[in-house]
Amino acid sequence: MTRFLEIKLQNGQHDFRGDRVLQSFIRQAPFKPATVQVRRLYAFDFAVSDKEWASLADEFVDPVTEEVVLSHEAESPSLVYRVGFLPGVTDNEGRTALEMASSILGRTPESGAVYTSLLYLFDLPRGDLPNHETAVEWGYRILANRLIEEVDVFFSGDWKKTTRYAIPVITAEDHILVEEVPVTSMDEKALTRLNHERHLALDERELAVIRDHFADSSIRSRRRAAGFSEHPLDAEIEMVAQTWSEHCKHKIFASLITYRDASGEEFEIDSLYRTMIKEPTKRAMEKTDHIISVFEDNAGVLSFNDRHHICYKVETHNSPSALDPYGGAMTGIVGVNRDILGTGKGAVPHINVWGYCFAPPDYNSPIPSGLLPPRRIREGVHKGVIDGGNQSGIPYARGWELFDERYLGKPLVYCGTVGLLPRRLNGEDGAKKRILPGDLIVMAGGRIGKDGIHGATFSSRQLDETSPVQAVQIGDPLTQKKMTDFLIEARDQGLYRSITDNGAGGLASSVGEMARETGGAWLDLARAPLKYHGLQPWEILISEAQERMTLAVPPEKLEPFMALAGKRDVLCTVLGHFTASGFFHAVHNNRPVCYLDMEFLHNGLPQLELEAVAPPSGEDSSRLREEDPGALLLGLLSTEELTSKEHLYRTYDHEVKGLSVLKPFTGVLGDVHSDASVTATDYDHFEGVVLSEGVNPWYCELNPYAGTAAIIDEAVRKAVTAGADPSHMAGLDNFCWPDPVYQAASNPDGKEKLGALVDSCRALAHFAPLYGAPCISGKDSMKNDAFLEGRKISIPYTLLFSVIARMPDYRKAAAPAPVRDGDILYGLGLTRREFGGSAAFRYLGHPGGRVPAPPREGFIDIYRAYHRALRAGLIQSAHTPSRGGAALSLALQVMAGSFGLDVHVDRLLTGEPLSPAEVLFSESGGRIFMTLSPEQAADFEEMMTGLPLARVGRVTEAHDGLCLYHGEEVWLSMTREQLKNAYQRSGHGC
Amino acid sequence: MAAKPHILIITGYGLNCQEESAAAFRMAGASAVEMIHLNDLIAAPDKLAKAHLLMLIGGFSYGDHIAAGRAFAARLKHTLSAPFRSFVREGRLILGVCNGFQILMKLGLLPATGGALFSQTATITENICGHFYDGWVTLKANPESPSVYTRGIDRLYLPVRHGEGRILFKDTSVEDGIRKNHQDVLHYIGPCGEPTEEFPYNPNGSAGGLAGLCDPTGRIFGLMPHPEAHILPWTHPLALIKSRIGDLPGKGDGLAIFINAVDFIRHHL
Repeated sequence: MTRFLEIKLQNGQHDFRGDRVLQSFIRQAPFKPATVQVRRLYAFDFAVSDKEWASLADEFVDPVTEEVVLSHEAESPSLVYRVGFLPGVTDNEGRTALEMASSILGRTPESGAVYTSLLYLFDLPRGDLPNHETAVEWGYRILANRLIEEVDVFFSGDWKKTTRYAIPVITAEDHILVEEVPVTSMDEKALTRLNHERHLALDERELAVIRDHFADSSIRSRRRAAGFSEHPLDAEIEMVAQTWSEHCKHKIFASLITYRDASGEEFEIDSLYRTMIKEPTKRAMEKTDHIISVFEDNAGVLSFNDRHHICYKVETHNSPSALDPYGGAMTGIVGVNRDILGTGKGAVPHINVWGYCFAPPDYNSPIPSGLLPPRRIREGVHKGVIDGGNQSGIPYARGWELFDERYLGKPLVYCGTVGLLPRRLNGEDGAKKRILPGDLIVMAGGRIGKDGIHGATFSSRQLDETSPVQAVQIGDPLTQKKMTDFLIEARDQGLYRSITDNGAGGLASSVGEMARETGGAWLDLARAPLKYHGLQPWEILISEAQERMTLAVPPEKLEPFMALAGKRDVLCTVLGHFTASGFFHAVHNNRPVCYLDMEFLHNGLPQLELEAVAPPSGEDSSRLREEDPGALLLGLLSTEELTSKEHLYRTYDHEVKGLSVLKPFTGVLGDVHSDASVTATDYDHFEGVVLSEGVNPWYCELNPYAGTAAIIDEAVRKAVTAGADPSHMAGLDNFCWPDPVYQAASNPDGKEKLGALVDSCRALAHFAPLYGAPCISGKDSMKNDAFLEGRKISIPYTLLFSVIARMPDYRKAAAPAPVRDGDILYGLGLTRREFGGSAAFRYLGHPGGRVPAPPREGFIDIYRAYHRALRAGLIQSAHTPSRGGAALSLALQVMAGSFGLDVHVDRLLTGEPLSPAEVLFSESGGRIFMTLSPEQAADFEEMMTGLPLARVGRVTEAHDGLCLYHGEEVWLSMTREQLKNAYQRSGHGC
Repeated sequence: MAAKPHILIITGYGLNCQEESAAAFRMAGASAVEMIHLNDLIAAPDKLAKAHLLMLIGGFSYGDHIAAGRAFAARLKHTLSAPFRSFVREGRLILGVCNGFQILMKLGLLPATGGALFSQTATITENICGHFYDGWVTLKANPESPSVYTRGIDRLYLPVRHGEGRILFKDTSVEDGIRKNHQDVLHYIGPCGEPTEEFPYNPNGSAGGLAGLCDPTGRIFGLMPHPEAHILPWTHPLALIKSRIGDLPGKGDGLAIFINAVDFIRHHL
């Protein structure tokens, strides 16, 4: 019998959560509640005695603030909502409630479960009561997400009698079914139908290759010998589709591209990935020894100090976040944490980063059905990454947001993690792992459900109304934290040989990839622990249920491994073993499920052949004509893009571990966002990890080559300004692109989009190694289009270039805040008329302009010289102009410190004659502002001989604002208060 | 006399501040700092008898589900209440930070105004602002408090990171008891040095600015801010400015709490 425990706040306790719901309804809904009361509801779905029930109720309720609701008889709310999960959706609190009940009862209830819901009791003014349909509609709009939750509505009459509620119990039974898919006898039409029905996301050539493979007589005889049918089984088709998905195989980056440039000349590129990313990095590695491992593991690895290597990976989780922003974004952050845990012999997640591209939160036009409003996506994504990161005990160091209407269809959610990998583990190299045939395949962590089935193939398609809802997953940071703690202990005891993450594609992907090392695997899917009955073998194989790692455990270590898992309360299961059979062989009990030739699975995919043309340039030589630079500066400071956002970002933990030196927000009041972060790795070393990034879709849409070069320059410059050693860096490329595959009807400009990708990659291949930041890891997400109600919304070209670097001594890190009255303000670098994609042009609605691309030889010489001065301890404070140019950079320096700045705009060095406003708002690269004490000026100027360096101003305590001179005249003056009022537009959180 | 301070830190189930907490006790001169998984302690409760100080660290035990610290407290209560009781009776120390403080309150080890253990008389609940907040706060120590952890401390500058930090009492008798015994160890203070309820100086809206409590003996202490996250002077938000004008101390503010605890053990246990 199910028992329901309903808990409310005691009289006199203020219901803050209720207030927030009240405000949302008053703002948005057609009916305006007078009060809203929130209650927690737990459904205990197992047998308990009355005595046990009393003790459960006693301990679940906070005796200071809460009480149990025993009856509704005396209550008369106008309207009550119950919001609970749909069947099969991960209920994290429900699981904790079950564990807590087990603690209290001293027994684990057999096959028991606890389901959680929230109740919202509304009092509405007379006459404002909605009908049932309207009430339900607004319940889903404000309180619930239809894909994962359900809403029940009660009116006051029913409420009085309500003692029981629906529970999302799954009643499915096991009817194991392995279907044959007769592809060998299918014509093209039938193959296309199969492709669509099973969400395979394969193209015609790939389907034909699969058909021909299974028609091959030698394959047929080998299958017969192994007891398999001639026709492939459903799991085999699913596994091939998953392994060959754009998400896993990066088919576009591996394709053969015919590119026609602006002059009409054609040339071929055989794999962007190989020629533009991998080979440039390999060449760079010949000249340096700080890069330890690239492109072969779950993250790139750099050397760091005598104790640790560092590794870094950034992922995107766009499609899931569009459907369920909270769950999708949370799985984004906990998923990339697992990539780090699966790097080398297992790295410990040390720092998180995140960045989001959204439609503007105040977007007011109608939104196509199937999409969530931008404000709701933004709130959900933040909450998901906040909960995922905070609950895992990992501080964030970098966070950013961009806004553009073209992200309406697909928000971009970038999540990244830096890990610490011991150089040596039990006498072995910590970065290396090796599997031997006979090693056991062990799955650790959570159970398997239908979560995220077709995630890998789904994110490879554009979003439409038929997108499978099972693609939604919810993360469980607690299960993952327990698993992580356990695996690090097992690692230190040498209890496994290899480890990898179960992410997109589930076991098919993790075991499939690991099995390449030995040349095969055998596993029994019936051994896999399931969340509920009713899963077919193919679903077990490709489910993307979260919080799972796959390990190779040597047979002689199995006993201690499983014993430790038991003590740490982590579920681990032996599924099979690695083999050298040449086949990926899976059964379900004795039933044949999957028998795939490893060579075909991993190398049978035909190379995609694509056409590209040079994209048209949007650049021109426009000038900035601005009458009122003060208004422009204040306007820019108060845009959603450039304003402080401190209130929101402080809901993320950035201090856990106690190692954060240059924090995400800096300055005397901690409210100015920093250019880069510096984090220590332990309590007795002074080396610091420096992180920064460049991302600017507006540069790339005008000129993808120049834009990419500018992004790389910006990322490197921010890192170096904070203190990064330019000879100890690496880069990560994350491309989010609209579909670049030409289709006459559905994607007529596909060739240009691919041309833009080629141009961007060419710049990456040249500039990343040139700047000493070769790519060590990357990810691409290529189908960021939404097709809804006949309208196609494609994102702008969005490349995120993330820099990770070492600095030898974090105590020398430079922050933006000037430190002393009378210090000299220097400007390094030349300003040119570069406004293409600039914040100023965008704010003014001005198209065109020139993108601030560095010259072919880059600005690395300037950065190396600056770094020598920083290491010599000369730099007192520093900041580098990026969006908004010098004006914004100087304003931020003023706001970060407690002094004023007097700046002579005409003393900033320029590469061509510019107006003062142009000097201020151009976004030219290669520039840094820094303050130094006058006593060290001579040494510094000598160190910088031959570089474009000028004394441009002074730190002063005569005022506390930004005073800009032209000649001897004050040209523009802003008080600190004026700047702050604009920059802090959104104020504090409370 | 002159015990070799042995510290026991419980880990597992989503707690996460063990590294910085262990580093803090090592820097403070503890002779042994042992981390122990909750399940291992339950399996071998005599481990507790060897320790002079038990630390309940910060983190998200059981994901903060149901209420922060609630499920972990229930687990402790039903498995370890007897060894905990003797540990307290012997006058050994317990320190709880953030989630650890929430656990101590829900377990009824704090404020224990009348001396009764395992009876909850106060709670820590949702911040008034309704969300998690990460920021730095200035705290003032109550000079009359019996807390052994805050001797000689006037002010502390520490980070807070929590969504549930507002302290509430079951009734006014508990509150009166706390005042009378000076169990109100730490208060958030505003720019003028006065206890405050104003955000962000007080991140959770706790009445009277209350940030940390001890039991009547001063040996059990809990606080919401994180002293273990400010043991290196370089994590001070202004460290890069202060160091350049010669104003950066050699230690982080939070270390003083650990040094006091270790000194007390050395001289009194």
